[in-house]
Amino acid sequence: MTAMLETRGLEVFYGDFQALFGVDVAIAEGETVAIIGANGAGKSSFMSALSGMARAKPEQIMLDGQPIGGTPAFDMVKRGIALVPEGRRLFPSLSVEENLLMGANGRSVDRGWSLDTVYELFPVLKERRSQAAPSLSGGQQQMVAIGRALMANPRILLCDEISLGLSPAVIRDVYRALSEIRRRGTAVLLVEQDLGAALKAADRIYCFMEGRVSLSGKPAELSRDAIRHAYFG
Amino acid sequence: MAAYVSLTATRTSRYALVASAVVVLFLLAAPHFLPRSLTQDLLLIFLLVVMAQSWNLLAGYAGLISVGQQTFVGLGGYGLFAGAIALSLDPLVAVALSTVVVTLLAVPIGALVLRMQGAYFAVVTWVVAEVCRILLAQWMALGGGTGTSLPGSAISSTSLVRWVGEVYDVRAPAAREIIIYWIALVAMVAVIAAVYLLLRSRLGLALAAIRDGEVAAESIGVDIWRNKLIAYTIAACGTALAGALYFLSNGRISPDAGFSVLDWTAYIIFIVVIGGIGTIEGPIIGTIVFVVLRSTLSDHGPWYLILLGALGIAVMLVAPKGIWGVFSARTGIQLFPTRRRLEPVAPPSSATEA
Amino acid sequence: MSIVNTIIQGTLLGGLYALYAVGLALIFGVMRLVNLAHGDFIVLGAFVMLALSTAIGLPAPVALVIALPFMFALGWAVQRLILNRTLENDLLVPLLVTFGLSIIIQNGLLQIFSADSRRLSLGALETASYSLGGITFGVVPLLTFAVAVVVVLGLSLLFYRTALGRTLRATSDSLPIVEIMGVDPRKVFAVAMGISFVVITVSAFFMGVRANFDPSAGPSRLLYAFEAVVIGGLGSFWGTLIGGVILGIAQAVGGAINPAYQQLAGHLVFLAVILLRPRGLLAGSSI
Repeated sequence: MTAMLETRGLEVFYGDFQALFGVDVAIAEGETVAIIGANGAGKSSFMSALSGMARAKPEQIMLDGQPIGGTPAFDMVKRGIALVPEGRRLFPSLSVEENLLMGANGRSVDRGWSLDTVYELFPVLKERRSQAAPSLSGGQQQMVAIGRALMANPRILLCDEISLGLSPAVIRDVYRALSEIRRRGTAVLLVEQDLGAALKAADRIYCFMEGRVSLSGKPAELSRDAIRHAYFG
Repeated sequence: MAAYVSLTATRTSRYALVASAVVVLFLLAAPHFLPRSLTQDLLLIFLLVVMAQSWNLLAGYAGLISVGQQTFVGLGGYGLFAGAIALSLDPLVAVALSTVVVTLLAVPIGALVLRMQGAYFAVVTWVVAEVCRILLAQWMALGGGTGTSLPGSAISSTSLVRWVGEVYDVRAPAAREIIIYWIALVAMVAVIAAVYLLLRSRLGLALAAIRDGEVAAESIGVDIWRNKLIAYTIAACGTALAGALYFLSNGRISPDAGFSVLDWTAYIIFIVVIGGIGTIEGPIIGTIVFVVLRSTLSDHGPWYLILLGALGIAVMLVAPKGIWGVFSARTGIQLFPTRRRLEPVAPPSSATEA
Repeated sequence: MSIVNTIIQGTLLGGLYALYAVGLALIFGVMRLVNLAHGDFIVLGAFVMLALSTAIGLPAPVALVIALPFMFALGWAVQRLILNRTLENDLLVPLLVTFGLSIIIQNGLLQIFSADSRRLSLGALETASYSLGGITFGVVPLLTFAVAVVVVLGLSLLFYRTALGRTLRATSDSLPIVEIMGVDPRKVFAVAMGISFVVITVSAFFMGVRANFDPSAGPSRLLYAFEAVVIGGLGSFWGTLIGGVILGIAQAVGGAINPAYQQLAGHLVFLAVILLRPRGLLAGSSI
């Protein structure tokens, strides 16, 4: 397996506080990888560094073998790394369609994602295209957030806690959409507290504990006990 | 060693206290041996330090950026003139009375302007200053828009002036200057001491909590609005006192001079920013830098102000902590430590264990 | 009749204040910056047009057209070179840096143009007026108000009908999320400041043809602009127009009682608004 995106000894600091202590994670073209771990394990800091929202040293994040750590967020997305942020973070004063169109700012290459294909993936959004984003249900807002990131035509989609606060039925819908996204060739990196959803969707998982990788491997090859131990310590 | 204690005094700060006492004694005696022009410069320094400490209490500690402190300089000055002219009070009594009245006025004014936050607060304080300027320009007994002077009789008749005049063998005006000089010196020491003690009190703790995050401060029971109002009122008190003393020394006031945004806000901001915002040392250093710049460059008119503006912007962008902030960060020296620090308790030395 | 006349003249004056205000509201809406040099930039714009019309002998409207792109570029440069460097600090640094700019501009203009009062000339148009039902409408005040409406309409269209406007509204909603959309906020801010400077220049033109100005006129323009924004309620550009009109009427009524009370009445209405409705009269909508 050759990695498309790779972190090598990634460290993230917030002032004097260190959130990540040398994390190595790799994801190949088209692969789906899930990061699991308890609250405060450093999962969100990891996503922040990959999306350019948190500082990292150049060689700590490699894309196609090139150092890209510390690239500003607006450049990260143009290199093909798009984030679906935790809590969805839609633009409240914009309509659904305007939110999607904002995502198109990050496009540098056409990989087949447009308003039409996003509406194909989430038909309900087409019906509600001119509604204000906050008027949608939680699940629909999550669809907008995913669609908005897809509008950048990313090579890799970072999904930070996309099942948080959603009902099981809606979570199933969202994950069905993810497998469709994956089928179209986009790699997906999930940060997920819902262990079941993560194990089902991912080709490989990494478990984080206290800012370090405590376990990694294919879901089928990992025992429940090993995961529990890596998760809770 | 895991045990930490909260400490706000350092050994340096105790030396600083002794050194400060020596400096103050020297300054008290200065009229004996310094030429008059120099004591007049010192008087200006004392008053600017008082105003700068007051503004710094707001901006540096309470997070309230006011561009309207000229309100209280002007009101302090006009209060003095009203007391001395309309009520025929002794000017020194009028200074005290004016300071008290303006401080009381600052409570409702503060309650009004604190309805706005952040940058909006700044502009509203400016509007209030404009309102005061326009209103006092309507007060015809105090000269309306052109202003007025203190009558000679209000200046030299007091027994204190006569006594100082005899001791120093000077005429009444010079004796009066010496008295104002002393009062301003005492006011400066009092304001520095007051700010220092305030910041080490519960108010300082509350302000630090507010500055670190209003939501968090509120959640631990800090009444944000009340603490800000207290800080605002105290700053108004210091500013009004300095304003009253300035216009007593000046002998003349007008609405434009009293409520000048350039003299009483722009210069004060420059002083605090250059010296180091959020420290007690900063305003003192900034004032000295300002007075030196002024005496060497003020002949150049607009260019001097352009330079001050550019210097202020440059410091804000490059070293926002100012001269003292940079010095303190490099050396770790704090003369008047007001920030709460956590320091490890000295570990037991290995010698005693052996 | 004189009350009606006062209110009409105040409304027309409010058009000028709305012009001062929308540029300030735009910048606050997009980047949460209160530009304390806003009024001084208005006065600077007026002096630029004055210089163009006196030095080269251009009519004032031609000077306006030439000044517009120049002022856009100036606003863009001020943002890119100075104000973008203040973005990481929430309040103190941007506020004090714009305050410093205010001092520099005032004294720069004083050095170049002296403290004399100046005026932009429109020739016979300056005094032209219509009379209707006993009320006199000056052509210039009418034109000012009409242009204010057009500017507000234009900014609203820009904000709600264009891709740039969408990005500006999104930036106003959330800066970090706009960044992960691939938008460089420093560029957006520079364009927003450029647009603000275009509006500043238009307002400077009408300030200059309606009344005298001198290098120290900036701060009071800032205060009028700010008061109109707050009275209107930080919501929409239309709210700012209404805020300007309320301020204009307040000043006209105060001035009718006693000329010395004109500014005072405006300030007092503003203070009453923040006392009673600190989020403005039209609070609730968003930009």
